[in-house]
Amino acid sequence: MATVSAVPASFTPAMPALERVPRVDQVGVEERVARFCSRSIKKESKVQALKLALSMIDLTTLEGQDTHGKVTQLCQKAIHVHDSMPGLPHVAAVCVYPTMVAVARRALAGHDIKVASVATAFPSGMAPLAVKLEETRIAVGEGADEVDMVISRGAFLEGKYALVFDEIVAVKEACGPAHLKVILETGELGTLDRVRRASVLAMHAGADFIKTSTGKVQPAATLPVTLVMLQAIRDYYHETGRRVGMKPAGGIARAKLALQYLVMLRETLGQDWLTPELFRFGASSLVNDILMQLEKQATGAYQSADYFSRD
Amino acid sequence: MAIPEPKLRFDTDWKYAPAPESTEHARIDRQYELFIGGQFVAPRARKYFDSINPANEKVLARVARADRQDVDRAVTAARQAHARSWSKLAPAARGKYLYRIARMLQERAREFAVIESLDGGKPIRESRDVDVPLAAAHFFYYAGWADKLEYAFPGRRASPLGVAGQIIPWNFPLLMAAWKIAPALACGNTVVLKPAETTPLTALKLAELMRDVDLPPGVVNVVTGAGDTGAALVDHPGVDKIAFTGSTEIGRLIMRRLAGTGKHYTLELGGKAANIVFADAAIDQAVEGIVNGIFFNQGHVCCAGSRLLVQESVAAEVIAKLKERMETLIVGDPLDKNTDIGAINSAAQLEKIEQYLAIGKAEGGELYQSSCPLPDTGYWCRPTLFSGVAQSNRVVQEEIFGPVLSIQTFRSFEEALDKANNTPYGLSGGVWTDKGAKIFKMTRSLRAGVVWANTFNKFDPSAPFGGYKESGVGREGGLHGLDAYVELR
Amino acid sequence: MARQKAARVPVAKTYKLYIDGKFPRSESGRYYPLQRAKGPVIANVCRASRKDFRDAVVAARGALGAWAGSSGYLRGQVLYRAAEMLEGRAAQFAAELVLQGVAKARAAAEVMAAIDRLVYYAGWADKYQQVFSTVNPVASPHFNFSVLEPTGVVAIIAPEKSGLLGLVSNVAPAVAGGNSCVVLASQSLPLSAISFAEVLQASDFPAGVINVLTGFRDELTEPFASHMDVNAIVCGDADAKSSRRIQELAADNIKRVVLRGGQDWNAAVAQHPYAIRDTQETKTTWHPIGG
Repeated sequence: MATVSAVPASFTPAMPALERVPRVDQVGVEERVARFCSRSIKKESKVQALKLALSMIDLTTLEGQDTHGKVTQLCQKAIHVHDSMPGLPHVAAVCVYPTMVAVARRALAGHDIKVASVATAFPSGMAPLAVKLEETRIAVGEGADEVDMVISRGAFLEGKYALVFDEIVAVKEACGPAHLKVILETGELGTLDRVRRASVLAMHAGADFIKTSTGKVQPAATLPVTLVMLQAIRDYYHETGRRVGMKPAGGIARAKLALQYLVMLRETLGQDWLTPELFRFGASSLVNDILMQLEKQATGAYQSADYFSRD
Repeated sequence: MAIPEPKLRFDTDWKYAPAPESTEHARIDRQYELFIGGQFVAPRARKYFDSINPANEKVLARVARADRQDVDRAVTAARQAHARSWSKLAPAARGKYLYRIARMLQERAREFAVIESLDGGKPIRESRDVDVPLAAAHFFYYAGWADKLEYAFPGRRASPLGVAGQIIPWNFPLLMAAWKIAPALACGNTVVLKPAETTPLTALKLAELMRDVDLPPGVVNVVTGAGDTGAALVDHPGVDKIAFTGSTEIGRLIMRRLAGTGKHYTLELGGKAANIVFADAAIDQAVEGIVNGIFFNQGHVCCAGSRLLVQESVAAEVIAKLKERMETLIVGDPLDKNTDIGAINSAAQLEKIEQYLAIGKAEGGELYQSSCPLPDTGYWCRPTLFSGVAQSNRVVQEEIFGPVLSIQTFRSFEEALDKANNTPYGLSGGVWTDKGAKIFKMTRSLRAGVVWANTFNKFDPSAPFGGYKESGVGREGGLHGLDAYVELR
Repeated sequence: MARQKAARVPVAKTYKLYIDGKFPRSESGRYYPLQRAKGPVIANVCRASRKDFRDAVVAARGALGAWAGSSGYLRGQVLYRAAEMLEGRAAQFAAELVLQGVAKARAAAEVMAAIDRLVYYAGWADKYQQVFSTVNPVASPHFNFSVLEPTGVVAIIAPEKSGLLGLVSNVAPAVAGGNSCVVLASQSLPLSAISFAEVLQASDFPAGVINVLTGFRDELTEPFASHMDVNAIVCGDADAKSSRRIQELAADNIKRVVLRGGQDWNAAVAQHPYAIRDTQETKTTWHPIGG
């Protein structure tokens, strides 16, 4: 059940005119974010949003110490999020290293949960292109529905935008039918101007999703960075008619923060993006915090972590 | 970028549930008297008027209408307080009273915010996050000046003027009271405050607070009423200074009335600010600045960025993004925490705004309004754009004081500047560009007292505010704001 | 027949207006004779009309942009140059004051004081900004500062009783601060004003920055106060009645009104930077601090 890429067959990657990418004012972005954060999400509106957030999670384990056992158990959590509460959605995907794709694939058999694999010498991206492409092909060959690649930040910071662009185009091709998420590693880009430019570059190269971070670099996902990326997605949509997805990843552990992301998503891109098809959270501990909030909404009582499974 | 097509859909399946701020904690009496000499006293003629909630047209309270004799009582109380207590107090002690006011205002912040939104129609988000905290900050800022005035005026000795008559508008009722009372008291003056007729309640709550902080009786007096109450205050021979914020029309009348009296005055009047967006601006933040510039407080803002001047090469993009952004503005219940645009302050103001909408259309302007639903009762106006208008149109020239933005395009820096300055007003202006040198060229050339570059509608107690030309005389806020309340020798 | 050595007939000076760097007569053709109680006519002084004033405002408005935009250093040098010119003509100015009835010792002192006053304000031209401007420590991430900018075109009614020093004391702070002006000279002591205009012309003041009119105060006060393209009106010695009229009319366009009554222009306290500030606007600028 590989996902078919949202990039249409007619798509041709073309290097964008980066000098035309709009400038970004950091203080203005932060002010806008503060407005999103001041939205008050209560009652049924909150329950609806929490469930939506849950359905958007890419449950992730990306450790050197990952084992078959760990990944299998994580997949159980993905399937049985909190069975004592009926009507819950499952998460969107499980995200692992390429060597764990087959394990996850087996563990998730029969469930509509995607397997996402990082690739391209994640998290640094410091490998020859041939290696990155081979790794991508292997991950897809093992059954990955989605590939989360990293861009070459060093090259980007050197101003070798065409090189970065070409790499994405090549990886996209190597993905075949699999979805491509392009990780910008915004924490290493340093400025919102660069985030905006990298977003445009990735979309024009054929990204199905653009993603903030590997989770290995601080700061990882932030609301301001995500807003800039959402605005890039919006402008790209107006320009081309193609909907690109967004995935903030790393550092999103609390339900309240997830709701703030959703408010931002709702008021920047609207209805069409309020779906796991086009928005994901790269997270793991977020799941249980959302569950605790849902339980609290249902029972009125504040919750303890001991009542929610940790895999 | 072309005009967005396909469209984004903001009428989402996931909606925000109502999130009304609780009114339980806000005490509004059924009737308010005048605050004179530290006590609430009935008006001599026993006349009252209703203050209504513009969001539902219901009466909130009955409020005393002060006549000439009531004003005289208040001025007399202020005179006596000035002579007997306030001018005798050590400057540091004056400061301490102001600190107390600031603190108590912070303690009662939520109550003040709720009442401000009930009485004036502004969204609770603004009264909670802007009006009330800024009001407290003003008292805190000027408290510190009370015993440091010798450092504010090199080579001069500052002494208080005496009794200040202060007449404030309905758009920022509490904040304007704070802007006026705080520096006046810090400099050693006493005050008779006349709040606007449609929004007297937070000033009266502030009077309660003055009593509760044990401010000496008569130092601050509050006389409620309409234009005739204000006129009585302006005319009273016992008043040494008039500070007025309101329309240029009334400011002119006051200035004439004060002619020959020797009374000091400061005037903070109307505006029709240009918000200039260059092609090299950070467009998304500029759009946000345009929205904040004109839709903040329903556009009831003298320094509102009511004229958008946008460079032609990005005009289509900016206008398209603006329209898209306007679709996400929530208009409705001022007490709902998610409301972006509240109620128009009064039936009269709504009528005035609607007249301008008709004028703009008759002038050939292209009207665009967001599609948001409006409540059934109360006074409301959708966020509105007029494009295809020019300097020659009244909707470009005149202050509408509502959520109505006129949009003009320009080609060159010089054209933008010329259009921006082509107005009798000169209160504020905005400029959006990523180029530093251009920012300074524009901010220097704009004939306006407050210029926001790559931002808009920012206020701070330490930042002087006030207009050039017909937008007023004098400054409020900051070190310069002290000038308005001292005599220099 | 004895040869008689004839006394030299002096050349009398024609006193005209000073508008836009030129010396025109009043467009109205009107004049008023300046005459001692028993003596010959000293001069026929131009009696400026409302139209002369209008022309002067046009000149002042035209000169404003460049003058306001010039550096304080430059304005200081120009004012200092005027002081130099006046110093060189001190004897002429003293004699002219005497001719108008000022006692000799007082006349000399007034000229010296006028020169020194120009030097005083020349020195302020590039400094008052530093005294009156502020960087404001706002609570948000913005750089915020307030600077003074000239109000614009200033109409000045010079003090009646101090023909030279009074005029200089009111004109110098206005132009030191980058304003342009139209000044109405003392009606009874008008000659020094026009001679001072010659000093201005010979110094480096651009045409139109200072325009000098002579005429009847009663007639010109109203147009001075009501002109819609005048941004401020300064009256050097306003009485109660004219103060009232000035302010009433000034309200038409919210002109700034500066009434300086009861001033001894010779006193040291008559000069101070607050006189510059009287015809300045405060502009506050905000900019975000971010990346």
